[in-house]
Amino acid sequence: MPDPSFVFAQSLSGLTAAMFLFLIASGLSLIFGVLRVLNFAHGTFYMLGAYSAYQLVQWLGPGPGRFWIAALGAALAIAVLGGLVERLLFRHLYGKEELYQLLFTYALVLILSDVAKIVWGTQQKSVSRPPELTGSLSLFGAIVPHYNLLILLLGPSIALAFWFVLQKTRAGRVIRAAALDRETLGALGVNVDRLYTLVFMLGSFLGGLGGALIAPMRATVPGMDTEIIVEAFVVVVIGGLGSFWGTFLGALIYGQVLSFGILFFPRFSIFAVFALMAAVLIVRPWGLLGRPLQ
Amino acid sequence: MLEVRDLHKAFGGFAAVGGVSLTVAAGRVTAIIGPNGAGKTTLFNLITGHVRPDAGRVLFEGRDITGLAPHDVCRLGMGRSFQRTNIFPRLTVFQNVQAAFISHRHRGRDLFTPVDRLYQDETRALLDSLGLLDRSGEMSGFLSHGAQKQLELGIALASEPRLLLLDEPTAGMSAVETRDTIRLISRIAGERGLTLLFTEHDMDVVFSIAQWITVLHQGHVIAGGTPAEVRRDPEVRRVYLGDRR
Amino acid sequence: MRAGLGDLVPMTPMTALARWAPAVALAAAFCVPALGSRFYTFVANDVVIWALFATSLNLLVGYTGLVSFGHAAYFGIGAYTTGLLMKKAGVSFLLAFPAAGGLAGAFALVFGFFCVRLTRIYFAMLTLAFAQIVWAICFKWNEVTGGEQGMPEIPYPDFGWLERLGAAVPAVAGWRTAEYYYFLTLVLVALCLWVLRRIVGSPFGRILTTIRENPERAEFIGVNVRRYELAAFVLAGVFAGLAGGLFGIFNRGVFPDFAYWTKSSEVLIMTLLGGMGTFFGPGIGALALILLNQQIVSYTEYWPLVLGTILVVLLFGFPGGLAGAAIALWQRARRRLRGA
Repeated sequence: MPDPSFVFAQSLSGLTAAMFLFLIASGLSLIFGVLRVLNFAHGTFYMLGAYSAYQLVQWLGPGPGRFWIAALGAALAIAVLGGLVERLLFRHLYGKEELYQLLFTYALVLILSDVAKIVWGTQQKSVSRPPELTGSLSLFGAIVPHYNLLILLLGPSIALAFWFVLQKTRAGRVIRAAALDRETLGALGVNVDRLYTLVFMLGSFLGGLGGALIAPMRATVPGMDTEIIVEAFVVVVIGGLGSFWGTFLGALIYGQVLSFGILFFPRFSIFAVFALMAAVLIVRPWGLLGRPLQ
Repeated sequence: MLEVRDLHKAFGGFAAVGGVSLTVAAGRVTAIIGPNGAGKTTLFNLITGHVRPDAGRVLFEGRDITGLAPHDVCRLGMGRSFQRTNIFPRLTVFQNVQAAFISHRHRGRDLFTPVDRLYQDETRALLDSLGLLDRSGEMSGFLSHGAQKQLELGIALASEPRLLLLDEPTAGMSAVETRDTIRLISRIAGERGLTLLFTEHDMDVVFSIAQWITVLHQGHVIAGGTPAEVRRDPEVRRVYLGDRR
Repeated sequence: MRAGLGDLVPMTPMTALARWAPAVALAAAFCVPALGSRFYTFVANDVVIWALFATSLNLLVGYTGLVSFGHAAYFGIGAYTTGLLMKKAGVSFLLAFPAAGGLAGAFALVFGFFCVRLTRIYFAMLTLAFAQIVWAICFKWNEVTGGEQGMPEIPYPDFGWLERLGAAVPAVAGWRTAEYYYFLTLVLVALCLWVLRRIVGSPFGRILTTIRENPERAEFIGVNVRRYELAAFVLAGVFAGLAGGLFGIFNRGVFPDFAYWTKSSEVLIMTLLGGMGTFFGPGIGALALILLNQQIVSYTEYWPLVLGTILVVLLFGFPGGLAGAAIALWQRARRRLRGA
């Protein structure tokens, strides 16, 4: 039997990973829910979010609160990038078959990751933790950095804010309606074009924010995009494509399976994750909390 | 020939078909009419296995076919056309019908014979009887709506059905096309001794060719009988014919 | 995922050009080593194997209308099968090569059984999940697959008999092993392509196209859609496995990234670039992409940027791929000639 404090630390690290993934995957899930397309470039937006945060921190210099400005700025920049991509290019593929849409988002992965390489090189970039959160805390014998704790809290709060927007505002109702039935929306007088751009921007914002927030915890390197996108796919597929709480649940499951998998079957934890994804698709293709597509 | 017993189907609490029973006698032209949303297409989908019923049975030539997959239902001798035209758009007219012959005659498992040699004569003869022979090399997706409907009929006929279900065979057609299509269907049904079951919104078409009419309203059968009987039925006049004609 | 009308080029009837082009291409391919450059032979060998891989995928995407995002799994399984058999068990190529197709096909049967139950995006996701499982196993199972380091030094097949034959037939003598292997690959791939060509031109192939065009209608001409989809999935897996088996030896090593999802998208891009609507399109795509890659990497390290840009241009400008564009051009030229 492993030491309980170790188990606690392990599950906490799984939880932190889950909250990160949730942030990123919820953007992916949102875009799928409304636009019905899996955005491979979402991982790249995440990576660009991390690089942008690094860049902004460099420009702003050290100081209290600077990191948060940089993170927000990076997320906004990615939102604008997402909006531009949707407006200028992606828009023209809506009538076409899904394969073309998928491959277009993959083309973005190829192009943008090389652009990142050109701008920032292949050396890893690191962002130091914001000065107000460099300390750590001892919880049940486990050492938890303040920053991780913040992420742990930030995940659910963003989730709640997001859920609140979806439930309580007109824009949220429109988005939910769009996820259920996109045909009647135009008839209801909703500007579908603008809605799609907005949703794409919002989704990209979440991806960019995830990247910016992870910059102080992991190194920012080329290749982090293709790695995270597969993880985000696993999360949204397990929870249910297009389902908000499903994505939350999917992220929790993913985080725990991975961190305990590494503990007990170190060799096969990645295997377990994909096996879980396959199993969910076989038994409930629309995910644990999702709804079948018409 | 076809018997539907107390068929039920609900979609998310809405009873699309709520206890429908009807019989289609062999050799007779039967029409199902009813206002939009009466459950006609759902009923068709239940009969052909595209949708599973919540309760009730479907018997075809005395055999229980409830819950069979569509491809098995088709193989038993039931043909069908769909409301939204359903062809293979990027195959030629010829290939559309030929494919149906291949499938019907169990040649689909053949991995090595060059396909172009198969069922040339049969396909040509069928296209000829539909008046599509001179267009057999054309990409079927580029045909006019009326011609696509005729082609769809050809695809259904290649499976050599004994019962043919047609869902709104003249939907979206001009008056001339409608007349030609109805003539074509009547002629072919006569030549081949087919039993026809169809839905239709055009009452002139219905009363000109149907020998038996079943009236569906809100998922229930409210009347059934010969055209003359149905025309006189007060219930039908009230819910359906009354507010339309 | 289904294609809309007009997105793909229609299948054109065999013209005289199309009938002779494969034979000419094969003859030309046989002459490549005579150019005397090891490098040309190397590139040609790469092209030939990828052409088979892409064509096998096209059986699914182009003919059956199923978009697999995990086709690299079967390529990887094939590569590891021949690699393991030849390096660790000392099995001869004669057995190891068909085993690659057999094992890949067996996996495709199991995975495909579940995949064909799903449609559209879910199908693509499940093929991806299975491929990632294969990748994860190859990546982590160090004792058998060599793990992250892969399995280097896969031996070439035994070409002793060819050298002995060379004593009698002078044309056969005097080649290096890599060149013998290239000839062998060429013969085997040509055979596989011939079989695939027969398959797509068979009644079975025609039924597959009805599923691509309209699965609902296909069911109601009596086609058991799932079963046909599974058959196509297995066949595609077998040929991808054979391609993988050839590639492992060619590459002198087998590595887990053979089965990684980016490989699956690479082969999908090749198929699209060449043209999904035509039989030889994917092969042309393999040729174009590999040659272009060789050219580009000598100028710049940013090959993905170039590839991504090509892909965007293709998606917006030439959805029929190179073959589609060529056919359209050919038809226009012919019409102009006739008109004049």
